[in-house]
Amino acid sequence: MSFRGLDSGQLLLIAAAGLVAVAGVAHTAAVGLDHPEIAVGFGALIAVGELARLTMPGNREVAPIGAAAALGYTLLLDLSQNQLKHTALQVVAVIACGMMAGALPHLAVGRPPRMDAMARRLLTGALLAFAFRPLADPLYQQTQGPNPTWWPALGVMVVLITLTLLVDVLIAAMLRAEQVRTAFRVAIRDEINMAFPLGAAVAASGVLLALATHSMDLVALLVFAAPLLVTQVAFRKYAGIRATYLQTVRALSRVTEVGGYVEPGHSRRVSRLSVAIGRELGMSEPELLELEYAALMHDIGQLSLRDPIPGGATVLADPAQARRIAELGAEVIKQTGVLDGVAEVVRRQTEGVTDDPPLSSRIIKAANGYDDLVGGSTDRDRSSAALERLRLGAGSEYDPAVIASMSRAIDRRRFDATL
Amino acid sequence: MRDLPWPAKVYLAGVIGTAAALIGHSALTSGLVRTENLGILLVLALLFLVCESMPTLLNVEQFAVSVSFSAALAAVVLIGPEGAALVGLTAVLSVRPGLPLVKRLFNGAQFAICGYAAGWVYQGLGGVSGVPKVNAFDDLIGPYAAATAVFVPLNIVLTLTVIRLASGVESMEVPLRGLVQFLLSYLGYGTFGLLVAGLWATVQSISAVLVLLPLFVARWAFGQYYAQQKSYDATIAALAQAVETKDYYTRGHCRRVSTASGMIAQEIGMGQERLRAIRYAGMLHDVGKLGVPTKVLQKDGPLTEEEFAAIQLHPMRGLEIVRGIDFLDEAFAGIMHHHERHDGKGYPMGLAGDEIPEFARIIAVADAFDSMTSDRSYRGARPVEVAVQELNKGAGSQFDPDMVAAFVKALDRDPWQPPRRVDPPQAGDVDTLTKDHDDPTMPIEVVSGP
Repeated sequence: MSFRGLDSGQLLLIAAAGLVAVAGVAHTAAVGLDHPEIAVGFGALIAVGELARLTMPGNREVAPIGAAAALGYTLLLDLSQNQLKHTALQVVAVIACGMMAGALPHLAVGRPPRMDAMARRLLTGALLAFAFRPLADPLYQQTQGPNPTWWPALGVMVVLITLTLLVDVLIAAMLRAEQVRTAFRVAIRDEINMAFPLGAAVAASGVLLALATHSMDLVALLVFAAPLLVTQVAFRKYAGIRATYLQTVRALSRVTEVGGYVEPGHSRRVSRLSVAIGRELGMSEPELLELEYAALMHDIGQLSLRDPIPGGATVLADPAQARRIAELGAEVIKQTGVLDGVAEVVRRQTEGVTDDPPLSSRIIKAANGYDDLVGGSTDRDRSSAALERLRLGAGSEYDPAVIASMSRAIDRRRFDATL
Repeated sequence: MRDLPWPAKVYLAGVIGTAAALIGHSALTSGLVRTENLGILLVLALLFLVCESMPTLLNVEQFAVSVSFSAALAAVVLIGPEGAALVGLTAVLSVRPGLPLVKRLFNGAQFAICGYAAGWVYQGLGGVSGVPKVNAFDDLIGPYAAATAVFVPLNIVLTLTVIRLASGVESMEVPLRGLVQFLLSYLGYGTFGLLVAGLWATVQSISAVLVLLPLFVARWAFGQYYAQQKSYDATIAALAQAVETKDYYTRGHCRRVSTASGMIAQEIGMGQERLRAIRYAGMLHDVGKLGVPTKVLQKDGPLTEEEFAAIQLHPMRGLEIVRGIDFLDEAFAGIMHHHERHDGKGYPMGLAGDEIPEFARIIAVADAFDSMTSDRSYRGARPVEVAVQELNKGAGSQFDPDMVAAFVKALDRDPWQPPRRVDPPQAGDVDTLTKDHDDPTMPIEVVSGP
């Protein structure tokens, strides 16, 4: 995916972010900083947040603390009752410099930032700044005078933040759809599921930061980042265990290869092809994860066999034995007590379409059949012959829709390989 | 209540009585809460109840932290000691199911007492109760910190005392590190009350929502994390077990080696993260065994050098499989070197003494111990005492003496549960080994030369 370099959408995004950043910094350099100490304080918090960025499941890079600090600086109306009038361009400059400063230590130890993720963070911040800063003065006037009220300010903040988050989700979904070749509506659903909890926490903390500066000075900024710090720790742990989980299943799926039960690389290839087919068929991210686990472990039942089947090609083995392997594998997976869905998919992976197995089982059956015939070979003729042979079984053994998607997925892979 | 020992009953009655007396006294002398504060009280009580009903934001083994107390501390600032006491008292109404009335009463009473104490300290240090002025934030910090410092320990002491009296345990064994971590997070959560109080003048009850939203999201994420962690542990155990299904007698071996390695690691004082890592390493130490042909594992009699070489390769095969997992490097070293010997005669690299990674020295002891205490086709399980004798005999030659000593100590405290007796399998049903490469009392014989 990302090894192929950047997609056109990503390039566009990065270029836009670069332009906005340059404009912001140039303008601010020309007219000078309004209240430099505040700008530096928030910039530092943004840098810290960027330093503590983390990668969520699905290879999504986020920097919650930095995002909240950027939000806070954008929404700032006053500091200890002194009105602040920094412009949107200054906000952009502070965010850009803060992000750059936070990315430097990562660069120094050889972890380059994901340019597209950074660009998205900057653009989202800039968008909100251009929408909110012009309103800052009238909103501030509302909080002064004989009848001070914060409700209009609060309302505008909530509405604008919600809109910005929606735009952010749209951009993310568009990039994702292009990157992993999934349908746009599926990508939007996945992104919303992913962005909602963290987005809510970041938004609340950003508003909190902005309101806090009304009654206290900059030192207390750190205190107000505390709720978000707890959130960050929780998400880091969650993302960590999710990543380890997938790595472990991937690694342990190889025991069948080391034991000589299947061809080297078989489980991994079947899982990759299965996920590609699943994407073609519009499966959502949680469904794809279950599919990947099932595909990785689809042969695990062979461990219970006394002797490896020669070559391990279950498509060529006798059907009764293949069914037995599937049953044994499902048994093993059931032992976990938590992966019942995966176990069910593995158990029914040998069934023909007439038995109406789950979609994931059909996908694995087809991908497994293809890999048994083709293996690690990239030979075109062999691949076409295998597809031809699987097509003969479409409607009885294999699901025609799955075979069609598989053919598309394989074509696309070939096309990508020629790039 | 009836089956509680009498000191616990007296204590419970004392705490509840004190709280009742304090509240009664306030009600009679100064009136509990002025009517203009009723709204604030209602919001804070609600906040308290919501937090109290969903505890365990952060688990530190023995304790569950709930952030409810920060609502009581906010009440100290906004209303005063009486307000804090009333907010704490709502713990009686906690919606946690299955909580008996006595516990509810006690919880409410002890929170009320803590609220009073914190309130007095706050006012004694010059803190003014009432909605603070917008720019008076800095004056709050000192008294508030002192109030937190009184509330939290008092709360812990009152609760621990009742647990001790009720369960009759002489002294609670609480690791110092855990306690410090717990206190720090508790004090950290205390700042949330300050935030709620400090922002009240600006946006009233919305401040509570703004503070709590990130916390609830964090709680949700922690919940997801624990669920994934549990699921992960179960999955790794099931997969490791699947590798063993081939051999009838070694079932459950990986799980037990994982447990025993954890016991040793805990005994020598390893931190949480390393402890978890060594449990995983113990679980996965033998996955490479699958790469050894079954006929070699099952061969009766001495092995040829080639066959022995195949056996010697299994730790490296194991490493090859698990290398892609983001474990601590130590876990890899543990898997790779778990068959090294203290005298340098082990495999695969012939390391000796301190050259052998710590994880590997631990797993070696656990591995040999479990092999000896479980049934094999060629012998029955040995009693734990005999196995310990064997370990002691091998200390200094095969095993690291320190690890053996640590294990023996751990076994004294936590007696070992040997696996259930394995009935001999029905003939031809499954494979059985006639030797076990882990068993120190049955060294592998190798025919040297051609």
